[in-house]
Amino acid sequence: MFLELNELLNASPERPEQGKLTLLCDTKTDGSFLVHHFLSFYLKAGCKVCFVALLQSFSHYNIIAQKLGVSLTAAKERGQLVFLEGLKSCFDVLFGEEQHVGQTNPLRFVSEDGSNLKTMYEFVRTSLMASGSDSWKCPVLLMDDLSVLLSLGVRPVDVLDFIHYCRVAVCSQLKGNIVVLVHSNDDSEDEANELVVNSLCHQSNLILWAEGLATGFCKDVHGQLKIIQKGSSELKAERNLLRIYQYKIQDKNVTFFARGMSAAVL
Amino acid sequence: MAALATGGGMPSDGATSFQRKVPASSRLATIAGTRPSVRHGQLLLSSGLPSLDCVLEEDKYSIYSNLLFKYFLAEGIVCGHNLFVASAKEDPADILKELPAPLFDDAHKNQVNEKETAIKSKQESQESMKIAWRYQNLPRIEVSPAASARIGHYYDVSKMVSPELLQSTKWHRFFVPEEMSLHPEIKTCNMTCGYTRLLQSIQRIIYQEGFDGSYPQKKQKNILRIGIQSLGSVLWGDDICCTDNPEDIYSLTKFLYVLRGLLRMSLSACIITVPAHLIQNKAIMERVTNLSDTVVGLESFIGSERETNPLYKDYQGLIHVHKIPRLNSLICDVSGTKDLAFRLKRKLFTIEVRETVLFHYLEPERWSKSYHLV
Repeated sequence: MFLELNELLNASPERPEQGKLTLLCDTKTDGSFLVHHFLSFYLKAGCKVCFVALLQSFSHYNIIAQKLGVSLTAAKERGQLVFLEGLKSCFDVLFGEEQHVGQTNPLRFVSEDGSNLKTMYEFVRTSLMASGSDSWKCPVLLMDDLSVLLSLGVRPVDVLDFIHYCRVAVCSQLKGNIVVLVHSNDDSEDEANELVVNSLCHQSNLILWAEGLATGFCKDVHGQLKIIQKGSSELKAERNLLRIYQYKIQDKNVTFFARGMSAAVL
Repeated sequence: MAALATGGGMPSDGATSFQRKVPASSRLATIAGTRPSVRHGQLLLSSGLPSLDCVLEEDKYSIYSNLLFKYFLAEGIVCGHNLFVASAKEDPADILKELPAPLFDDAHKNQVNEKETAIKSKQESQESMKIAWRYQNLPRIEVSPAASARIGHYYDVSKMVSPELLQSTKWHRFFVPEEMSLHPEIKTCNMTCGYTRLLQSIQRIIYQEGFDGSYPQKKQKNILRIGIQSLGSVLWGDDICCTDNPEDIYSLTKFLYVLRGLLRMSLSACIITVPAHLIQNKAIMERVTNLSDTVVGLESFIGSERETNPLYKDYQGLIHVHKIPRLNSLICDVSGTKDLAFRLKRKLFTIEVRETVLFHYLEPERWSKSYHLV
């Protein structure tokens, strides 16, 4: 996890929040560093994590997590991390033997009509349900990334249904958190994707939006992060808190600073 | 800037930022006789596993994208990799015959000559080891490890690769008209038939030849280079290039997703050319970009007003780097500039930082430096 980001979000692994939906979004840049942050944050916090990794392999996350001080292999072994490697599951669905594939492969929808995420929801729910011997803190569902589902033929309404079901199960019943990554673009022609992004923006408690710089590429400032914290009480109609920072990604850390205050400039 | 990632014939002069990080324990480097594929600089990962796919957006008449496609395959031949060539319009055998010939300096010539003599001598030695037959199955020891550490090669575009070099390469073919006529139409997971067959073919080769580690006792590990030409075009059975409302807009992206899984679990690298300018629904290219590790667009000046623009008189087109891989690391190797143009001279294809006339009069020396890519 990135310590500076923890400070900005006023978050600490000792007391993770509960019942929250966090949306990670990126535009014209790669926002996956935020996924790595939350993965290591919740593992360090002692939460049980179900990570639905649709686009990269396990070793990719493991290698990076080790740089951030967490071993995914160890977390898997002690039962703290349930890792769904989407690419591998999809391979099993298409090339695996019929009888071994089973009815419970979460990526089953790829070979069927393409839009039913029920099996994936069941997978998430059973992974995060507390078993008697568990001593983990609140469960967390982490998804990287949701836009891939749309590329695989899932309709936006089914994606939103899936998130809704997960929110009920994870945030509401199990008092856990959900963190989801999506891609977005101002001039995007992918209407299905924009529909999902807009809807999730409305539902989220916290939005972290990584954007490439409007002025183009820069060596010392890799992008801009918008942090939007929704007002906690709808009754009081508190205004959303919007803050903007710039960031630079390094090998083992990401530094954040106020706009225009990059170390290279000062 | 190796984001171009086709890598044939453009060795680094130190200015590239795409330096490969040698992993602490590189399995391939310790296996005798292994080709220096991972250190070649083609499609790099800091872990050393070349399991990426690169999507190349074709230029208008596919002239330059085909050239880069051929560079990728030619580099595979020179490094001794296995090739898998898939095409819908050109017979893969013809594609291979037209690959550019490698340009060698003396040190390199020796390496290739060694390779050719090694092939001949292996045949001889198989007969001669009657007394020492127990030693016959030991892996051959690399004679010149220093030579094999070189990254990238030069190619002469005006010459074709020699048939001897081609013969020594193990390669597999997928030609759509052949495949379709052999078997009846099958549709799995609602993908276009051509894509399904291609995936099955690639998976079969990866499994049978052991690129996914299914034969650990196999003495030599190698890389499989996959080249897929004009994916998404009508000849593959997909209609995304013909109409705004294709019958199935998910075929191509599903294919890419499954292919990505295949690549990730094997020692392989893949280059795909896509006629992006023909795809009507732009959302598809956005999704393709998200599903790929590297995406490069070529914009040729042929037929456009830039052909006669004096600003571009030395160049044949521009290179747009839409995405570069960020694998096994938080950071990626981003170069200092994204303003790249390419130029095809009689023998060589080079990619250069586009000269900016604006500053030319201020610092002419600085701006005329060209960056060669691996």
